[in-house]
Parts: sequence; structure tokens; C-alpha cells
Amino acid sequence: MTTFLGIPAPRGVGHLRGEHSFPDAARGALADSQLRRNLGHATRTIRGKRANVVGELDDWEQLRLAGSALKAATMARLDEHLERLEREVTARGGTVHWARDANEANAIVTRLVQETGASEVVKVKSMATQEIGLNEALEAAGIEAHETDLAELIVQLGGDLPSHILVPAIHRNRAEIREIFLREMPGVDPELTAEPRRLAMAARAHLRERFLRAKVAISGANFAVADTGTLLVVESEGNGRMCLTLPETLITVMGIEKIVPTWQDLEVFLQLLPRSSTGERMNPYTSAWTGVTPGDGPQAFHLVLLDNGRTAVLGDELGRSALHCIKCSACLNVCPVYERTGGHAYGSVYPGPIGAVLSPQLTGVEDNASLPYASSLCGACFDACPVRIDIPSLLVRLRAQHVDEQRKRRVPSAEAIAMAAASWVMSSPRRFAAAEKASRAGRLLGRRTGRIRTLPPPLSAWTASRDVPRPPAETFREWWARERGGAG
Amino acid sequence: MSAREEVLGRIRAANAAAGHPAPPTVPRDYHREGTHPAGAPELLDLFRDRLVDYKATVLDAPADGVAEAVRTALADATGNVVVPPGLPDGWWPDGLAASRLTDDRLSPAELDTAAAVLTGCASACATTGTIALDGSPDQGRRAITLVPDVHVCVVRAEQVVQTVPEMLAALEPTRPITFVSGPSATSDIELERVEGVHGPRTLIVVLVA
Ligand code: SF4
Repeated sequence: MTTFLGIPAPRGVGHLRGEHSFPDAARGALADSQLRRNLGHATRTIRGKRANVVGELDDWEQLRLAGSALKAATMARLDEHLERLEREVTARGGTVHWARDANEANAIVTRLVQETGASEVVKVKSMATQEIGLNEALEAAGIEAHETDLAELIVQLGGDLPSHILVPAIHRNRAEIREIFLREMPGVDPELTAEPRRLAMAARAHLRERFLRAKVAISGANFAVADTGTLLVVESEGNGRMCLTLPETLITVMGIEKIVPTWQDLEVFLQLLPRSSTGERMNPYTSAWTGVTPGDGPQAFHLVLLDNGRTAVLGDELGRSALHCIKCSACLNVCPVYERTGGHAYGSVYPGPIGAVLSPQLTGVEDNASLPYASSLCGACFDACPVRIDIPSLLVRLRAQHVDEQRKRRVPSAEAIAMAAASWVMSSPRRFAAAEKASRAGRLLGRRTGRIRTLPPPLSAWTASRDVPRPPAETFREWWARERGGAG
Repeated sequence: MSAREEVLGRIRAANAAAGHPAPPTVPRDYHREGTHPAGAPELLDLFRDRLVDYKATVLDAPADGVAEAVRTALADATGNVVVPPGLPDGWWPDGLAASRLTDDRLSPAELDTAAAVLTGCASACATTGTIALDGSPDQGRRAITLVPDVHVCVVRAEQVVQTVPEMLAALEPTRPITFVSGPSATSDIELERVEGVHGPRTLIVVLVA
């Protein structure tokens, strides 16, 4: 029984809602063969690396069980852990701020930057600040925010949106990246080739001077340790270390679910995260800091604790496990739907299977109504998830919740109409037979891949968001009629 | 109501709505301790393998041969080599082309012109090929191991433990800690690994056993 409905993330700010429903947004992606090649290559590569390093550990399943239990235990006492974190950070010279939603968090960060007098900031990639649309809010206040993660830089310079949690520019290949750099990077060598090493070095040169002069940095956090007040950022390139140690002021925006009770708990997550995400035994760099250390790193530290719909998720007895997510992106890389559509189709900073459950939970299901249907429910995401989130069950539950709300509402959504159309067809033998026959027209389209992308109406509404197997040359009913000689 | 009170209130209401779930007991039957004691030869071999896999360089040195190994590591360095204020005696080799520059709040720009940095470490993990720095006098501020392009890090055998839990247990969490696993790297362009983006492009570990 759920009585607490919570307060979803506000509309009109941040990046949790797309302009189009998933099926509409996915259509373009499905037709883009370059995109599908880029995605297919990238997800295949990561899947292989992950499988290798996970296979090295004979206690992987024990680590997953520990991770899952740790998260559930943390959520059960979340208020106490956050209060403890606040006490410890404050005692060590940091300042803690609380934000009910995206607007409040953006206002706090903007004010903090303005108080330093800086007109530009360097940023280390952070899901939370993307979620709340912080860069846009800073820009509106006349503050320039430079993304410093290579992939985020590619996305920012390309005037684009991230399409993967971990590899935001996964949808771009080297030739496209070279084009973006030549067009957008002032002073870039016009002889720049598309070799990844040359491109990375161009980014290094471009960002070096910004790092050295930056007065203010903004980060997210992968973990916060309640009983010591320690914050952690996990990364590869060193741009995180640059942001976390060189500037005078550091502002960290963190979702309230990122907390772990004790330092010891990190021994579980620092094993689960790198192996699940980049397929490495350990990522090149992890920084841990507690408040302010005199003489080392920023001498002003602000921590912004963000709700923005998370407590609404927490109020749902089953759905709350979506908050256990450590944003490793393993579920994206194994998802057949994500592999074909890429991240943009999900319309939220959280794409893929976890996005399909988390986004509608954060915004309220009516604002992301098509996402729970954007899955084949094959279960690969659950097997890959290092903290054992049962994403398929959550999807089914959200679908049910959506249907329930439609019933109350009486103005049906596109998804409800599609489902109704499908059931209207399927509930009559004659209509179903007609639709089956009509669907055979689709065989011609599907000949090359063995899959087809759409069916004739009214089934098209239902299949628009997923591939279906090619229908057989003969329908079951036709076969029955021929073989058994009876009338259909 | 303040945002703080409101968010905490929402959390309590949410936990009540979810039926006050009891915190489960956390099973800790994963490997917390290694099968080899710190500094065991098997661990040093594993540690070396992992580092090389990350494209780091490993130089072995006997206890009285650190300076010799450092000399090899810094043979090509010209200009300044930054060292932390508490660099142990006997680590700095005589007669290097580069000169020793002790960190005393050097600015980022000054660090940027340095050729290399030489430090110790706080702990290391063999299974993952990780070095942990915690800002002790032989390691210095976080910035000095970040901005110069070459990091030479001296690791003593007894600092090398087998598992991640053992490494974390060896550290004091409230110190500023940096975990380093190989040199800076990115895989953002078509998942092809490129060493060296913003952090040091070269990591040389002097393993003292
Ligand atoms: S749901 Fe699980 S697999 Fe997916 S990103 Fe989160 S932690 Fe990783």
C-alpha cells in the first residue's frame, strides 16, 4: 500500500523529460545506420571487457548481494545517514546545503558561484547537474560552465546531448569528433587527424589552460561516506582531479541516495563499479576528500544535497530499489533496445533500462509514460546490474501503474490507445486474422535483417517502439485451415 | 519550513509509506582478506602484471637501491622535478640533469612547467594495480602528483596488499586520498583506450623489495 506520493521533479527545468515519446524519438534513431553502427560497436566492446574482468573474481555474486543489501540498509535509515554526513562535513570546514528540487539547487549553486566573483567554472561530468540543467541555469546568470570530461566536451562543443551515462559521446565516431573539434575549438591544429590519440591530445591542450586558471569547480559525487563526511569521485582522465584540487572553491551537487554509511562499505562498491562500468579492475583515478584540508585543495567546499523527486521514489515500497543504482551503465550496454535506439530516444539524462524506470519515477509516470514500454523484458539488465536491481519487474509494475492512472483519468494517453488498439485487434478472431495477413506486407521490408520495424495500423501503434520478429509466410490460421481442411 | 527540514521530513514520510523497511543484514562473505600476506612475492608479481597491463612502467629496486632506480626513471627529465617536503633521505639521486624542487605551495602554473614529480605512497593493492596517496609528508599535496607529466612513485613491498578491502582498511579516510591505477586514460572515442589526457601521461613505479 502506497499512500505517500511525494513531490516529483518540477516541470520546465532540467533534463528528465523528452519532447517526444519514446516511440517517436526512437524512430529517427532506428533509421540512422551510422548511429546504430557506432552504438553496436561501443556496447559490444564494453560488454566483452566487462565479462572478462567480472570473470576474474570468484566472489562476484557475494559482492553483488552485499551491494544490494548495503543499499537497502542505507535507504531504511537515509535521514540519519544524511544528518551524520552533514555533521561530519561541517565539522571539517565544509558547508552543506539542502535542495528540494532542481530550481532550488540551481539557485544555490548560482549564488555560490556569484559570491566568489567568478564568471566561469570548470565542471567534472555529473549526472546530478545534468539532471537539474545546471549549465543552462548558470548560462542564464552569465556564468560560463566548461565541461572537462572528454566525452562531455565533445557533446558540449557539438551542441548535442549525452546519450550514455558513462560514455556520453558513444553515438559519435572519430570522424564526427574531428569535425566538431575543427569547427568549435579555437586555435586547433587544422592538420588534426581522426586518430583517437590526436583527438585526446587536442582536448588536453584545449582544457589545460582552463584548469590552471579556474577559481571555481563544480562536481557530482559517486559516493559520500556518512560517518566520516568523505566524498568520492571516480574517473579516468584526471579532469576530475584537476577540478577537485586546483580551484579555490569546490561545489559538489549530490543526489541524496548516493550515501553509504561507512568507509568500509566502499570496499564493496569500489569493486562493483569499475568492473561493471568501464570493464576495468579499477578506474585510473578516484579522489576522496573530507571537508577542507588546510594547504591541500580547495579551501572552500560546498555540498548541495538534492532531492528532486528522489523521496517520491523512496515512498514506493517496490520502486525504491531504483535508487540503489550506482550509475555504472552495465544495464545500458546489455540492453537490445538501447543498442538500437541509443540514449537520446529516452528523452532523459538517464537512458537505457535504469532510465526507463528511474525517469518516470522521478517525474511521475504520466510525464514519461512511454518509457516503461521501452523494453523487451528480456532480463539481461538484471543479470548485469552490480546491485541486483530487478529492472524488468519494476517496468512491469510501472506499466500497471500507468494503466491504472489512465483509467482514473479518462483521457487516454498515446500508449494507452496503442495498447487498446492492440487488444481490440487481438480480441476478435476476424480482425486478428486480417491484421496478421496485412502484417505480411511487412515481410518484404524485413527480409534483410529478419526483423521489421513497423506493422500496418493499428498494430503499428504498438510496435512503433519495438522490433518484432518477421511474421511467417503463412499465418497459423492459414496453416491450420490448409492442413486440417476446416474453415478458419 | 527550511529545505533541510522538508527533505528530511519527506524521507521519513517515504520510509513510513514504504512500511518502515527494516535494514537487512549485510552479508560480508566476499573476500575481505587476501590469501597472501602484504609484500608476499606472489603479490608483487601480480601487482607488477597489473601495472604493466595499465601501461605503467615498473622498476625493481633493493632497499638500498631506490636512488639508482629513481635515476633510471628520471634519466630523460630536464628542468625541475617536484618533490614533497618530506621526501625520505636517500631517495634523491645525485648528478641528475634535472634539479630538485621542493613543493612549497607552488602554483598550478609552476607545477605545469615541472618535468616530473617523485613521491612515496600510503598503500597499494595488487589485485587491481592501485596505488593510494594520502597527502603524508612523503607524498605531498594532491596537485603535485597531478599536473607534472611524469609521476615516479616509490612503493615499498610491505605496502602492497592483495585486496581492495585491505587497502581501504590501511587508509585514514579523512585525509585527502587519491587512488591511482595506471596513468591517466580515456576511452571516450570509440572505446579505444588512449593513455594520458589530463593527469600524468607516464607513471613509473619503483618497487622496493
Ligand atoms: S541499474 Fe544497475 S546496471 Fe544499470 S546503471 Fe544502475 S547500477 Fe548499473
